[in-house]
Amino acid sequence: MNDIMNAAFIVALLSAALRLSVPILFAALGGMFSERSGVVNIGLEGIMLTGAFAGVVGSYFTGSQWLGALVAMLSGIALAALFALITVKVQINQIVSGIAINLLAVGLTSFFFRALFGITTTPITVNAFSPVSLPGLSTLPFVGEVLFSQTALVYIAFLLVPVSWFILYKTSWGLSIRTVGEHPTAADTVGIPVNRVRTLCVLASGALAGLGGAFLSLGQFNMFVDNMISGRGFIAVAAVIFGRWNPKGILIASLIFGVADALQIRLQTAGIGIPYQFLLMFPYLLTVVALTGIVGKTVAPKALGKAYAK
Amino acid sequence: MDPILRMTGISKYFGTFAANEGVDFDVLPGEIHALLGENGAGKSTLMNVLYGLYRPDKGEIWFDGQTRHFASSRDAILTGIGMIHQHFMLVPVHTVLENIIMGMGKEKGFLVKEAQLEKEVLEIAARYGMEINPRALVSELSVGEQQRVEIVKALFRGTKLLIMDEPTAVLTPQETEELFKTLRRMSDEGMSIILITHKLNEVMSVSNRVTVLRDGKVTNTVMTRDSSEYELTRFMIGRELSPACREGRCCGDKLVLELDHVTCEGEMGNHTLENVSLSVCAGEILGIAGVDGNGQKELAEIVVGLRALKSGRIFLSGEEIAGKSILEIIGKGIGYIPEDRHKRGLVLDFTIGENLILKDYNKKPFTKGGLFDFGKIHGHADDMIKKYSIKTSAAGRESEARKLSGGNQQKIVVAREVDKGPKLLIAVQPTRGVDIGATEFIHKQILKAKENGTAVLLISTELSEINQLSDRIAVVYKGQIMGEIPHEAFEESLIGLMMAGMTYEKAMAANRGTGQGTKASEFLADGHVPAQNAEPTKEQVNA
Repeated sequence: MNDIMNAAFIVALLSAALRLSVPILFAALGGMFSERSGVVNIGLEGIMLTGAFAGVVGSYFTGSQWLGALVAMLSGIALAALFALITVKVQINQIVSGIAINLLAVGLTSFFFRALFGITTTPITVNAFSPVSLPGLSTLPFVGEVLFSQTALVYIAFLLVPVSWFILYKTSWGLSIRTVGEHPTAADTVGIPVNRVRTLCVLASGALAGLGGAFLSLGQFNMFVDNMISGRGFIAVAAVIFGRWNPKGILIASLIFGVADALQIRLQTAGIGIPYQFLLMFPYLLTVVALTGIVGKTVAPKALGKAYAK
Repeated sequence: MDPILRMTGISKYFGTFAANEGVDFDVLPGEIHALLGENGAGKSTLMNVLYGLYRPDKGEIWFDGQTRHFASSRDAILTGIGMIHQHFMLVPVHTVLENIIMGMGKEKGFLVKEAQLEKEVLEIAARYGMEINPRALVSELSVGEQQRVEIVKALFRGTKLLIMDEPTAVLTPQETEELFKTLRRMSDEGMSIILITHKLNEVMSVSNRVTVLRDGKVTNTVMTRDSSEYELTRFMIGRELSPACREGRCCGDKLVLELDHVTCEGEMGNHTLENVSLSVCAGEILGIAGVDGNGQKELAEIVVGLRALKSGRIFLSGEEIAGKSILEIIGKGIGYIPEDRHKRGLVLDFTIGENLILKDYNKKPFTKGGLFDFGKIHGHADDMIKKYSIKTSAAGRESEARKLSGGNQQKIVVAREVDKGPKLLIAVQPTRGVDIGATEFIHKQILKAKENGTAVLLISTELSEINQLSDRIAVVYKGQIMGEIPHEAFEESLIGLMMAGMTYEKAMAANRGTGQGTKASEFLADGHVPAQNAEPTKEQVNA
């Protein structure tokens, strides 16, 4: 045990933790906008998967990881548009619709992956994001290695935290979003178009979750495999609640899950005698514990999960 | 003077039902125009048409110089029409400022400039003599303060015509008086106000003109000063009212309910009831008067077992019931008309028949061998609908409670709680949000129960109701009983002083000291007279 707790190990752990928290952070920030407007989007998982796939496809055909990420966002928006249509317009139960989106995404991605690339034994390789060392900052001891030698998407994800906070609390859009999620009737009486706001928020969650998925396939694993999100979308849903529906809380929640994930990977390789299946469970277990015990009573947006019809 | 608003020939149909038919209505600048009518008379429909929530099937709206076609409430808001709904349209977890500026992004810019907006809001409030704190959370405010936020919210949008839907339904007498002061000030400044109400005393005290609606049509538009409560009642319900009359005072020997030094703790650890001792005899109505939120709800809840005592004892016919389960207490013969019929009195999605057996569904004759006997349940529903003249929707006894008017919903509760002839009936605000016709009916049922020997604990913030029904009156203030007086000694000013926290002895001295009752208000800390002074007296209405 002793030899694994040295400085190099901790740097590697934290650096990995930061990376691993990014896909959750993207999706959870998206989920936050959606939930703040009153729509529970558990379809984040499926949207991330679609984003991961579309990112690889985009990068493969254009040769640019940036265009790949753009395609991932667009695919996320497309799937979210479908989700918004069912939940906001047709007003079918949001949870059931979310499950449907997740199942749809699993089927679609594995079908099209095989259709496009055939059944391969060696995964296809695409242009992916590589770490960008920020001049000056990355040479700082310890901090530099952990924080400032990451891929561009990592920086974007963390920048989105203050940006989201600003939008939510300092702009009229944010006020409209929060009002719609708390008291849609009140929003309606002052002329805020409730269902349009909700649709836009769901689309934003699609774009962000799609980007989160692309980060996994283009910024971390550099490939697409079936069902590669493996629950991160659900963890993002949990992170929204754990983070009490605000960007700062969601950042903390995402980091905690990132650390848990990084830790379990390293403990697996360290061979400490715990069956790896248990280690794999760790982040998910943490999700359950976080939601039941530590957070206590959280106050969700009042109109969360309820469709609005005049 | 040209009217600021003219609605001509407005008709609105829902299916074959005419909610409004050929309604003509106009409002002058700076006028307070009361729109009077019973529940279901078409007041709300007319106002929703004006506010752009409904489109009229026929008729024209002319506002502020031109003909208008409002496609949504946003259109109405933009032309200067504001509406304050009966249920406030405020977000409790947002600040006052956020509630006032919400939806104003286009006008006030994408970035929320808090300091500047706060200044604008405070200026508007000050112009009409209102005090608000833009940074407070709405959930921390009293109902009266929340209403002020609603008014400022409307003014902030440049409202020229303000519609207020039943604004006093949730206010205490003091808050009502405060509101009327603000309304008068607004009208002095040239603002037009439409006051939707079914309370005659308010119409008389604050409005310039009245339009009365009945069954979707205008029965009359009159100057308030040329009319009387008696005449307006006739316009409104199409017949004369015969209010329930209390007859004599009953026995004082058979004690039914006894509270012995009861203390009860609120969520914050404060005493919501402190050392309360009360008793009610069979065939007697004890009225509990007081400003809302002084422990009335808690008082009712401890008796029926919904809330635990900290100390003290409660006896029902000599038997201690504190600490017993609610089921046991119900079994002992307590009827309970709760304060909030939506939350506690009814299951809104259930039918009338189902709501009527909520307390007896598992007993004979409604259940046999573990199965419902629908024949009996339906028969019971039909009986009650007839006996309590409950106006159902088209589905008859299968109507969901949600679809009925407030008065008819309350009749279901009254039928369920009173019909079995309980030993004790606890009625909390039994006629809140209920129209005059149903109020009259419910009052008669309560008096009938009393005549049949039921002990009644009547808790109400409407002094007129307390006066009309009670044999004895106790006044509650901050969880303590300020004193008790027999009905014969009822005097508005005396009760008003006790409601503001004076003990009976002090209030008597103060009341006598001023000679005239109305001047007693000088002794109230905030200087407001309780506003029920203008309630119709029996003589006026029966004249």
